[in-house]
Amino acid sequence: MNRAIRRWSLVMLALFVALLGNITFVQAFWADDLNARSDNRRVLLDEYARQRGPILVADSAVARSVESSGTFAYQRTYPEPELYAHATGYFSWVYGRSSTERVANDILAGTDDALFARRLIDLVAGRPPEGGSVRLTLVPEAQQAAYDGLAGRVGAAVAIDPRTGAILAMVSRPSFDPNPLANPDAEVQEAAWTALETDLAEPALNRALARTYPPGSVFKLVTAAAALETGEYTPETTVPGPAELPLPQSTSVLTNQSGGACGPDDETTLTDALRISCNTALAAIGLDLGDDVLRAQAEAFGYNTQPLPEYNAATSVFPENLDPAQTAQAAIGQFDLRATALQTAMVSAAIANDGTLMTPYLVAEALAPDLAPVAVTEPTEQSQAVSRQTASDLTEMMVEVVDTGTGANAAIAGISVAGKTGTAERGEADLPIAWFTSFAPAASPQVAVAVVVEDAGGDGDISGGRLAAPVARDVMQAVLLREGAQP
Amino acid sequence: MSAPAAQTSRQGTGRWSELMLVLVATAIAVGAYVIVGLGTDGDLPERWPAYAIGFAGVGVATHLVVRWLAPYADPVLLPIALALNGIGLAMIHRLDVAEESVAAINAVPIPAREAPGQLVWSLLGLVLLVAVLWLVRDHRVLSRYTYVTFLVGVTLLLLPLVPGLGVEINGARIWVSVLGQSFQPGEAAKVVMVVAFASYLVTHREALALAGRRVLGIDLPRGRDLGPILLVWVLALAILVFERDLGAAVLFFGVFVVLLFVATERVGWLVVGALLAALGGWASYVLFDHVQRRVSSWLSPFSDPDASYQIIQSLYGLAYGGLLGTGLGRGQPDLIPFAESDFIAAALGEELGLAGLMVIILLFGVLVARGLRAGIGVRDAFGTLLATGLATVVGLQVFVVLGGVTKLIPLTGLTTPFLSLGGSSLVMNWVIIALLLRVSDAARRPAPPAPAPLSEAVTQAVRVP
Repeated sequence: MNRAIRRWSLVMLALFVALLGNITFVQAFWADDLNARSDNRRVLLDEYARQRGPILVADSAVARSVESSGTFAYQRTYPEPELYAHATGYFSWVYGRSSTERVANDILAGTDDALFARRLIDLVAGRPPEGGSVRLTLVPEAQQAAYDGLAGRVGAAVAIDPRTGAILAMVSRPSFDPNPLANPDAEVQEAAWTALETDLAEPALNRALARTYPPGSVFKLVTAAAALETGEYTPETTVPGPAELPLPQSTSVLTNQSGGACGPDDETTLTDALRISCNTALAAIGLDLGDDVLRAQAEAFGYNTQPLPEYNAATSVFPENLDPAQTAQAAIGQFDLRATALQTAMVSAAIANDGTLMTPYLVAEALAPDLAPVAVTEPTEQSQAVSRQTASDLTEMMVEVVDTGTGANAAIAGISVAGKTGTAERGEADLPIAWFTSFAPAASPQVAVAVVVEDAGGDGDISGGRLAAPVARDVMQAVLLREGAQP
Repeated sequence: MSAPAAQTSRQGTGRWSELMLVLVATAIAVGAYVIVGLGTDGDLPERWPAYAIGFAGVGVATHLVVRWLAPYADPVLLPIALALNGIGLAMIHRLDVAEESVAAINAVPIPAREAPGQLVWSLLGLVLLVAVLWLVRDHRVLSRYTYVTFLVGVTLLLLPLVPGLGVEINGARIWVSVLGQSFQPGEAAKVVMVVAFASYLVTHREALALAGRRVLGIDLPRGRDLGPILLVWVLALAILVFERDLGAAVLFFGVFVVLLFVATERVGWLVVGALLAALGGWASYVLFDHVQRRVSSWLSPFSDPDASYQIIQSLYGLAYGGLLGTGLGRGQPDLIPFAESDFIAAALGEELGLAGLMVIILLFGVLVARGLRAGIGVRDAFGTLLATGLATVVGLQVFVVLGGVTKLIPLTGLTTPFLSLGGSSLVMNWVIIALLLRVSDAARRPAPPAPAPLSEAVTQAVRVP
């Protein structure tokens, strides 16, 4: 019988090894997937049980956890809810997390590996674990200026430090209040959520990052850049500027906003074409360059690449395979081109930074609970969008736009501003979209801005200059004149 | 097997090792209790010195009884069982605390604590252990009344089906309620049936070992010998159908087939057992939707999260524990349904981590190995089968329940030996330890001084023509 027992004991050994192997699989390898599942209340409960770290702008918390007497030990509050709603996002027991609350969750919840050593110390010391904090790149003055400037409008504004890519302002209007979504009472959350979902103005949508618009005339900067980069064009090059440009292989014609020609003898210079936003001239240049050159230039500025992927920003699009008629329309930002406010600000920022596009970012640094930095975002170059010479030429041309052209409303006394207006048609039924993008000071830029206003009344690039340019001016002024800024 | 006897006489009885290990087990059990206090309140439990002294006192007292009644017994069995029992008590206490705080938050009446009752059952188990050691001085007396034992076992198994006596809890009809006190006779039946199986097989193993038809190099049993295995098979199916206790059905049938194999050394019995098990399993899968639900929850728990709620919560608990666990008192094991009974392994896996759960499984593994070793070492066939059967009951039960809650195999309702809340299971596991101590005592007892001259004399006498 002993031989049989030995054989049976081998079977028992195999069963126990199977148990050990299986728990190793579940607890060591499958665990991350299981913990990340959305119906795993354990992870959420745990997050609610500990003090979540604040989200900082400059030195004040725009999202923080305060002790609560309810079901959970802490409650998330947003002291300036509407101003920073799209930057902070919401932190909801029922509806999950969004924006920075989601992107920086591991740090805020204190579960990031960077905080591991501190967690161990907390454990040994018997302290409840605490979340780290996250500092955004936003500048309160610029954020406020953009928010005020867009009051009553539907639109967005983005400001970037062209030297680093740091996002200085990011506003989307209308905005919303994330506080009720963080309320411990699930019914309060549900009511707030339903209200947001059913609001036709889509206040929860971050128009600065997540909505693409036809770029219209602000795309002419890209077309002009492509022209200068070929070496065959200079700012003084004479270009055709007729009142009507017949589109090849098509019966339609392309016209200017003014209805007339852009200069005497149907000719103008590249600088003047940009200054008065001449459609026929830029379309003719586009036809001359071809869609591949335009697309390559657009992509060098960031089109067709998703920026801020962790924030789910939308990708701006320059489409594939355009025929000549479509190429001519694309050169002035029409046809199927799509751009976000962020993308438009990136074009200005690249021009402002001697042609070098810096990767945009919103999280400046992650801090441990004791405010010691655990991770600092280092500025990185995304691409060399244009040469230094082209950047300098474009800057001069954009200064002309503000000094004597369509962008006069963006002028700041004593500071040279470079800018470009835009108005994008959206078919017959909808009102056009007003754009303005700019940077300042032109000689040593510190801020690049893009402003987009939906449903802009009025005609032509005038609406871009009238509605969007003042907002851009206020934001640039706020950045340049804020306390501690170098003059 | 004369080697173990020679070794023990050289190495001593192992009683001092047992005493040391009992103190280690005390440290584990009391340490777990203290850490639960630190993890939940941040403070030492008020009565921890009393608990420590009490645990050590009871452990040492039991050790002294073993020293008196089973001086050669395996010194590892008692300490492992004490450690597991202590870990179970600490976890049940921890879940009591969790339920109290949840009740306080929700402003509902605070439920009664379960741990004190389990503590009483633990003491009762140790009393039973002493009683078994005192009453059963030689395990062979248990083999005398084969059929009576078998009838007692069957009666215990079927008791819950008696109207007015049996009660159905959570879909399984395995409880009996007498005078307000409910218990599971099936737990006692486990031990009684192993005794019955072992004594039956001792007398019939020769006949059952006779080879029948030979198929693929394996000698199949003769058709006329299939009676006993079919009887146990029908019994297992009855448990499954009428009591809806899948785990117990698997356990009874599995132990019988294993003992049949060990008694006869015929692989053919394993083949027959496997075929019958497959047939029964297939039939119950087709006929009963509760079996189908178990299987589909096992294969794809996330395709129907409501139906697979228990196993999903168990997996979440294990995953949350990760490698090192949250620490006792710092996880959320109360989110797992039945965390204190069927799913206590998941609760332990969450708070002690992969490392802690591995230690617990290894403790069970050593317990089973020591039981099998007693079976190999003991000189009589009944003792061999008894020890093998008891060790197999513990081993299979651990595999079925832990495999179930960790999604290795479909979930079946079984308690985890020594850990789970439940008095019937706990005291009967202590009886199993008592019987294993008894058999191992016989196995390791030095052979009585052989009357060598006399036997030689007899041999010589035969030579005379």
